Amino acid sequence: MNRFAALIDRLGYEPGRNAKIRLLVDYFATTPDPDRGYALAAMAGTLDFGQAKPALLRSLISERTDPTLFALSYDYVGDLSETIALMWPASNTQSAQRELGLGEVVALLSNTKKADIPALLANLLDGLDETGRWAMLKLITGGLRIGISSRLAKTALAQGADIEVDAIEQVWHGLTPPYEALFLWLEGKAPAPLSGNPAPFRPVMLSHAIEDSDFVSLNSADFVAEWKWDGIRVQATAGTDATGKTVTKLYSRAGEDISDAFPDIIDALMGFDGAIDGELLVVRDGKVESFNALQQRLNRKKVTPKLMAEYPAAICVYDLLYADGEDWRDKPFTERRERLEQLVAQLKSPRIELSPVFDIPSWEVLAALRASPEGKVTPQEAEAIEGCMIKRRDSPYLAGRPKGLWFKWKRDPFIVDAVLMYARRGHGKRSSFYSDFTFGVWRDGENGPELVPVGKAYFGFTDQELAEIDRFVRKHTVNRFGPVREIVHEPDLGLVFEVAFEGIGPSTRHRSGLAMRFPRISRLRWDKPPREADRIETLTALSAGGRKKS
Amino acid sequence: MRPADLLIPTPAGLYCPPADVFIDPVRPVARALITHGHSDHARAGHGAVLATRETLDMMAIRYGEGFTGERQTAKLGLPVDINGVRFSFHPAGHVLGSAQIAVEANGLRIVASGDYKRALDPTCAPFEVLRCDVFITEATFGLPVFTHPEAGLEVAKLLRSIALFPERAHLVGAYSLGKAQRVIAEIRQAGCDETIYLHGAMEKLTAYYAEQGSKLGVLRPMAGSDRQAMQGAIILCPPSAIQDVWSRKFADPVTCFASGWMRIRARARQRGVELPLIVSDHADWPELQQTIRETEASEIWVTHGQEDALVHWCQSIGLAARPLNMVGYSDDGDAEPEAPKGTP
Ligand SMILES: [Zn+2]
Repeated sequence: MNRFAALIDRLGYEPGRNAKIRLLVDYFATTPDPDRGYALAAMAGTLDFGQAKPALLRSLISERTDPTLFALSYDYVGDLSETIALMWPASNTQSAQRELGLGEVVALLSNTKKADIPALLANLLDGLDETGRWAMLKLITGGLRIGISSRLAKTALAQGADIEVDAIEQVWHGLTPPYEALFLWLEGKAPAPLSGNPAPFRPVMLSHAIEDSDFVSLNSADFVAEWKWDGIRVQATAGTDATGKTVTKLYSRAGEDISDAFPDIIDALMGFDGAIDGELLVVRDGKVESFNALQQRLNRKKVTPKLMAEYPAAICVYDLLYADGEDWRDKPFTERRERLEQLVAQLKSPRIELSPVFDIPSWEVLAALRASPEGKVTPQEAEAIEGCMIKRRDSPYLAGRPKGLWFKWKRDPFIVDAVLMYARRGHGKRSSFYSDFTFGVWRDGENGPELVPVGKAYFGFTDQELAEIDRFVRKHTVNRFGPVREIVHEPDLGLVFEVAFEGIGPSTRHRSGLAMRFPRISRLRWDKPPREADRIETLTALSAGGRKKS
Repeated sequence: MRPADLLIPTPAGLYCPPADVFIDPVRPVARALITHGHSDHARAGHGAVLATRETLDMMAIRYGEGFTGERQTAKLGLPVDINGVRFSFHPAGHVLGSAQIAVEANGLRIVASGDYKRALDPTCAPFEVLRCDVFITEATFGLPVFTHPEAGLEVAKLLRSIALFPERAHLVGAYSLGKAQRVIAEIRQAGCDETIYLHGAMEKLTAYYAEQGSKLGVLRPMAGSDRQAMQGAIILCPPSAIQDVWSRKFADPVTCFASGWMRIRARARQRGVELPLIVSDHADWPELQQTIRETEASEIWVTHGQEDALVHWCQSIGLAARPLNMVGYSDDGDAEPEAPKGTP
């Protein structure tokens, strides 16, 4: 367990991809089965513990520490697992116990009755050092976010065995922890395991944000443009299993299987065999709806016919990865596109539409189009357009974010000036700063103008700016509610944020009746008195479909 | 005599009215007693300074010979009488020359401990427990989440990293008075004899430590050395240098930071540290508790740091305790503030 703990502790701090891979290669090469397999599962997100809720951890620690000291410590550290790992009283038996491997810990946790879990956890915590306790608590609460994607872990495996990472992806979906068959194969001791999944996910290709200098160095004739829709990136894959049955799957861009939430899409793919890449959208009566509509369909385990009728999903398809029993990813974009057009035509489904492609006579023409898509599409559809995608005609489909092939050119975000109202200590990287901010805009109240909260932002600022805001927060606190501080927000005293966001829609969960999408602090307006901040009417108008340019 | 008649917190620092002296004053005063050389405790511009020889030497190195009007060397354990008040200096285990100051009059004894730690440090004399009526303690790491591991284990982490990344320079951020020299001494104790490189800001004080007998091995200034040819080398620098342009001239360095704050992951991430080394020159929570108990003091005054938790704990075991709410001392512990204005 301590080896795994040391690994993820170090990985959590390591920013460099190559260095991360090196740490992983070293770990996989020197750690025995099944520990390394469970470590791989922990990183790939295939290890599932549903047993330890934060409440259980809180009760374990409250039996062992003074509540005031715990509260002060938690407030300081900002992370529950870490606070408990640090405060857990040292045990006299720690050195006497034999160190348990990760595999043994996993086995103990899965084979123990729910009622006995607290005692087991306490026992395990007694036997570990601080890093070990932290890693175990993160593992069992599902909070293990260490910046390692399943893809990176597989890349390390591939590098260690000197093979292509795609070869691992091909067999991955048929495997389960602790992946002993996989390691045997990688070490040359057994043949490749069979892929149990006839419709596997293939890693997606991502784009770079285009920069001003790119317009100078790139020739627009080498590229085509598409709309960048404000939906979610998906991959639809179909294949035939050993019994001859067709299996169709819908994956998120990270490879998460979301088929169950979209039976309408799965139905529409009837008869299809291959893998396509596209944007999942809500399309009603032939019109693309904004992201707010799509949100009604996301993160649902079950979907009712009523919901599907109200928010009909569709895929706007833009690429082809696999078809006719063949991998198409090495072929140029234009060739893939041609075959894609034929395949989509055969499907004859309003749920599967082609993403329109435009030639780019010059970057100026594209700039005009991007600024007002209203010329090409309906105003409502324009709402669902985030900008343009620019793709090289001859680009192969490469996993990851290759340079120089695909670019995104976003529309300018919405901008509003809002006043800081409440601050809360952040989590993770920023837990010793006040870094979660609630901001508001003016409205007419019973006793004249008042601020109403309209959103929260956690990022957008530099570390330097964060330190400045943090100082302001500490100096201008007027009230405390547990971990939340109310910050002075009067017409002439307070801090104004320029908030950028991607969209806004009605919401019943917020006092203002509005919810922003992806809000972030784009500038600190120390120069602006709160009285000059925006009013709620501005936001209501944006929500109704108008647009304010930055 | 009540404790408040002997020592009171004032905006300039702890003041002893009968002797008319201040301990670690943050403003220029006529007569100052100084516990140790860190710049938030030892400032320039006083009329007279009474401190250990090492503290006086280091103040002169930092501020120049004219840092005070008069200087008087305090010998450890030897009382000095000022207007009927007896002052004596005793090792605090914090940095070279660091001392606690015991203040006694009419049978009342108050100990101002300055900054201190209990863990062994090869570069300075160990902390000496002083029985007293009132114990004045810091609380830099005054929360139960702070338990410093043995420094040797942290240095082992550093040496393992060099073995895994032998082509990368390892930049170790460490405060230039005390921490840097302790880290070097610990590296030597771990059996590593490689040349260690020093950022210009720590050359003088490190040379002083070596002169005073710390075993620091072969050291070379970074200035004039080729930054591209530092594969697998250890380079000590002030923490601020880890993030500034100075560090960018190294090819893909591993950035390390030796500090008690590295216990908290968020703190380490905030500073962009890749290899946090939990090495502190302040007492951790168990050491604070141990020390408070061993002094047998019935009253505890808490100066700077996380005073809420420590005051709460003292009260929970039946001790009278209060925060002094002193300003001017870094509650960041080893984050030494910039040298005060007006000093060279
Ligand atoms: Zn100090």
